[in-house]
Amino acid sequence: MTNDALRWDLKMQQRLAHGEAAALGELYDRFASLVHGLAHRVLGDESGADRVTREVFAHVWEHPGDFDPRNGSLRSQIASLAHRHAVSRLRLAEDDGERSAEEVEAKVRAASAAARADYIVTSMPAPLRAALDLAYFRRLDYRQAADRLGVTEDEARRRLRLGLQLLSTAHDGPRAVSPPQRYGAVR
Amino acid sequence: MSTASAITSHPVLKSLLGAWALAACSAEETAAVEAHLTDCAACAEEAVRLRDAVALLHPEDSLDLDPTLRSRVLAGALGRRPARIPVPGWAAPYEAEAARLDALLRDIGETEWQAPVRLAWFDGRDAVSREATVAGVISHLAAVDGIVADALGLTGDAGTATPEERTETAWAAQSGVRAPVVRAAWRDQGHTLIRTASFEGGRAADLAVEYGPFSLPLRDAFLDRAFECWVHAEDIAEAVDYPYEPPSSSHLHRMIDLAARMLPHTIAARRRAGLAPPARGLVRAGTPGRALHLEIEGRGAGHWYIPLDSPGAVGTPEEEVAHVALDGLEFCRLAAGHIPPDEAAAGQLGDREAVQDVLFATASLSRL
Repeated sequence: MTNDALRWDLKMQQRLAHGEAAALGELYDRFASLVHGLAHRVLGDESGADRVTREVFAHVWEHPGDFDPRNGSLRSQIASLAHRHAVSRLRLAEDDGERSAEEVEAKVRAASAAARADYIVTSMPAPLRAALDLAYFRRLDYRQAADRLGVTEDEARRRLRLGLQLLSTAHDGPRAVSPPQRYGAVR
Repeated sequence: MSTASAITSHPVLKSLLGAWALAACSAEETAAVEAHLTDCAACAEEAVRLRDAVALLHPEDSLDLDPTLRSRVLAGALGRRPARIPVPGWAAPYEAEAARLDALLRDIGETEWQAPVRLAWFDGRDAVSREATVAGVISHLAAVDGIVADALGLTGDAGTATPEERTETAWAAQSGVRAPVVRAAWRDQGHTLIRTASFEGGRAADLAVEYGPFSLPLRDAFLDRAFECWVHAEDIAEAVDYPYEPPSSSHLHRMIDLAARMLPHTIAARRRAGLAPPARGLVRAGTPGRALHLEIEGRGAGHWYIPLDSPGAVGTPEEEVAHVALDGLEFCRLAAGHIPPDEAAAGQLGDREAVQDVLFATASLSRL
């Protein structure tokens, strides 16, 4: 599975470098909603998210050599790129001379953490995500969640705690966006 | 139920922190955790951290991407660095329609894959329909796309089966196959078709694609597949109650152009089958003959002169004997067999038999 993912990434890189327009289309189909979603979470507006999406795909198309599998998957590197573009756009938009530098930075930090949290949730192992989903969105207690998931109560508590621990790294700064999400990552 | 003493041990209390932060433990456990936090600094610190993390949980926005964004993003990128291997213009509508349908499929839940979808078409005499599921429609699309894959030599099959036969075979083999597998098989084949067409480029544009009763050059087969992809995407969207936009005007224009070019052959086939009155006179191939002026308004707009008496004749404005004006989407619904020919909202002038022939032939372009 993970070797397949690495193979897909390297093949995609090669095709982009080769100047294959069809590869760019496939890249868009796979990652556009990730890029647009992250940008939208940071910027909170549609046209800004559209623009970031354009910038990110143009950048990857122009610089396919920037992708380095040692720094994580193509998905995580594209997410970082989207994050950086969106944050710099937000900073530019907020820095209108009326707000203090601290206010601008606080806003950027909050938006940034929210976007990282989204990315972490979509990338975390499915069992953790399912447990959080039951406890938070469906308001089940951990015993009911354990029952629903078919696991022990201990395991349900463990998943909820671990899921939140992962999520809490969203507050830690930009590195969390591309956690060396290695190709052999936990399942 | 846990006993009171069991909740007081540090490891148990620590293991409860996630559930506590999510307000997902019993009142008794909550009280025990909160008492513990006042005298355990490590747990207190983690508790704050996890509580803050809960604030980051967000219902997933089901933000549908603007379907026109794809072409804008790709055009922007290709403007900065031109492709060495472009996607041929005639494959672009298929690429766009497949991407739009795939986005719809991503948004619907796996349970909706079994939703009933009504497939309707016009069999030459009557409106007919058949019930399928979302999964069935996708495997139908994949099966008929297989005709193009065969022609491009991707399957190693000679491929003599008609679209209907391929669909029946696919449906018979389909039971028990999970939705993501059906979707991936259709999508992967589609990506391979586009990729192969890009590498073959102009060389393959005229390659004959055998549909059984007729054949189309590759460039037209891609338009046919784009059209069917859109029509069935609309069928699915309707079945699962999703909004779905029509194709871009320039893509729609190409699809209508294909239909207009196929009409003289369909009129001739209907005459051979006794479904339409005979031709008024024979016209030598390549020379002008009686023509119907097809005027398409709105999306996909354009003018076509359909030769009426012989598929080889040339339609010209000078030989116009009738005029039909239709909205582009209405024409496409007619060509998809979704509206009966005598109910199409068409403005008509001139020879009534010619108008009938063209409207019935348009509906007869449809198939399963």
